Amino acid sequence: MNSFWAQDVPLSWYLMLSAVLFSLGVVGFLIKRNLITMFMSIELMLNAVNLSFVTFAQQWHAVKGQIFVFFVMMVAAAEAAVGLAIIIAVFRARATLAVDRIDLMKL
Amino acid sequence: MNVYLWLIPLLPFAGFLINGILGRRLPKWLVTTVALLAPLGSFLVVFVTFKFSIPQPENPHIPYNWPCFSLPYSESLDQWISAGQLHIDFRFVLDQLSLVMLLVVTGVGFLIHVYSVGYMKDDEGYSRYFSYLNLFLFFMTVLVLAGNALVMFIGWEGVGLASYLLIGFYFQKKSAADAGKKAFIVNRIGDVGFLIAMFLLVANFGTLTFSEIATKLGQDPGWTGGVVTVIGLCLLLGAAGKSAQLPLYIWLPDAMEGPTPVSALIHAATMVTAGVYMIARMHVLFNHSPFALGVVATVGAATAIFAATIALAQNDIKRVLAYSTISQLGYMFMACGVAAYSAAIFHLMTHAFFKALLFLAAGAVIHSLGGEQDLRKMGGLWKKLPVTFAVTTVGVLAIAGFPPFAGFFSKDAILYAAFLQGPNGRLLWAVGVVTALLTSFYMFRLWTMAFMGKPRGDDAVLHESPWSMRGPLLILALLSVCGGWIGIERAGGWLNMERFTGFLAPVVGARGAEGGSAQLELTLSAVAVGVALVGWLLAYLFYRERSTIPARVAGALPHSYKLLANKYYVDELYGAAVVKPLLGVSRYFLGWVVEVALLGGIASLLAGGARFAGAILQYWQSGNLRSYAAWLTAGAAAVLLFLLVPWGTVWPPSMEFLWKATGH
Repeated sequence: MNSFWAQDVPLSWYLMLSAVLFSLGVVGFLIKRNLITMFMSIELMLNAVNLSFVTFAQQWHAVKGQIFVFFVMMVAAAEAAVGLAIIIAVFRARATLAVDRIDLMKL
Repeated sequence: MNVYLWLIPLLPFAGFLINGILGRRLPKWLVTTVALLAPLGSFLVVFVTFKFSIPQPENPHIPYNWPCFSLPYSESLDQWISAGQLHIDFRFVLDQLSLVMLLVVTGVGFLIHVYSVGYMKDDEGYSRYFSYLNLFLFFMTVLVLAGNALVMFIGWEGVGLASYLLIGFYFQKKSAADAGKKAFIVNRIGDVGFLIAMFLLVANFGTLTFSEIATKLGQDPGWTGGVVTVIGLCLLLGAAGKSAQLPLYIWLPDAMEGPTPVSALIHAATMVTAGVYMIARMHVLFNHSPFALGVVATVGAATAIFAATIALAQNDIKRVLAYSTISQLGYMFMACGVAAYSAAIFHLMTHAFFKALLFLAAGAVIHSLGGEQDLRKMGGLWKKLPVTFAVTTVGVLAIAGFPPFAGFFSKDAILYAAFLQGPNGRLLWAVGVVTALLTSFYMFRLWTMAFMGKPRGDDAVLHESPWSMRGPLLILALLSVCGGWIGIERAGGWLNMERFTGFLAPVVGARGAEGGSAQLELTLSAVAVGVALVGWLLAYLFYRERSTIPARVAGALPHSYKLLANKYYVDELYGAAVVKPLLGVSRYFLGWVVEVALLGGIASLLAGGARFAGAILQYWQSGNLRSYAAWLTAGAAAVLLFLLVPWGTVWPPSMEFLWKATGH
């Protein structure tokens, strides 16, 4: 590939960006208390992974990585539908989305 | 000609399945039909096989061009165990010995099935009863047809099971359930002997097939004593358990708790003779061990006289017959012990006829009296129950050994064979004659007390049995009269008694009668008959009306009488010597030390450990989503660390590994 971007932006930058996004997702997931924010953090992690998938696909001239991205997006969409439905149900039942207070499964 | 030997056990098994599974839903006539057709079919197959088994020209009844086959005939259904050098088939063998047994088992079995239709008419467990009875016939025919010891063992255990089920048929009654258990447990002791004998056979001969064992022993005629004796003694233990010989006879009297036809079929005519049959089947082995044979003869003679003395003082009609069965089985063992196997089988057959007859007649008496079994409450029955009286008379004459009844010929053959065995044989003969005296005495005692004199009980309920019961009684009575005649043949203007021996000779061999003569045999017969007459006279004197002799004898010898009436206290002895220590060990050592302390301790330890770990680990499950997320992240980080860090290289590693890990 002689494309401009592929030549000028090295592989490691993409990967760095992916790692940073993923770490942001993890940190957000760990420190946030709002269920919706945590959910968004998960989406962030998924998309970080997607980024590295397409990066490698570009690097190795292999289409598999891109196909995987489609799968991930599809699963993420389904998950978003189910997850948001659950979140709405939780909010209706408990009038809160603070995860510290949603701990009925505790022994 | 194809012989379908497997049909013989299969028919009763089919009957067992049909009546056992569907019997409760089927109408009664159908249950009866199935239950009767199964043994009848078996008997017909056996009979046809018997007729076709002896080819021309020896068999004048069969036209020359009819298909026949010669004995022994062997049929392998399938290979069963094949391990290294050991091959065991499901093999059935038909020879003269198994033919005689099969005819007796299926023939008498069928008659008793017919009798049971009348006897069990009003019983709730009608179909259950007949399914058990068919199951018994299935296992018994397997036992008889078996071509190797293992198949025989299947039948052996199976008849034990059927016996257990039928003894405990009235299982609501505690005494019946206990008697069933007792029979089963005592039989297990004998079965240990049989099992060890089989292990020794495999170890020393590498086979369990009867014919191969005989071949191997035949190749080495000098092979006597040693391991053969041990095998013989182990087999004898098994036979003593099944055939109720000393010291394992105690289960048979209690087995009378079962329905009377069962006592007749299983505990008199067929199953208890399995031990005799097994010894005859293994005769090659016993012939190689004079010591084992001697033990067999001693056990037989001791049992014969021991059981006969107990029978003198019993008042339960079925118990008298039970002890008489044990005593007659002792005769058969005695015959085996002097290697007169054909005489043993002959007596087995005639005994099956007259003892089945006596039991069935006793059943008819009990039935007529509404369940009364005590001889002291019977009396004068001859007028009320003429058919039963007539057939009982025939049975008593047969067992006491009066000519020309069946018992005379077979008992005579045994005593004659014993007499010819040197000084020890004379001793056996003497024991046999004394036993014959006792037999005659207690049988005529039973006969006099039950049928003669005046009625001693309430006879309002008296009624003769239905025809389904009287028919088999009459047929068995006929057999008890004529059954012994098959041993007679005409030889040189004089009657020769060796026909039955000749028939069985290809299987069990015929021992030459050294020092025997027709005159000696006649003399011995005369002695035996004389002794039987004396027994009759004594019984008449003792038990005729208003006789005070029994009371006076009992008064003069109070200790002896008590000893006999209480059956030598053998049950009490076993209770104190075996059952109590066993219970003690079970309760205190096995129950407390092993069960509670050892096993319970280990189980508590394991449970406690699991509970402790759970108590600690439960804090992990906080129920807090963010704590789970933290653990998840930590886990992922740990996995990453494990995969990416080049463990074992210099620390800190260069950043090169990350570079390589990203694909460069």
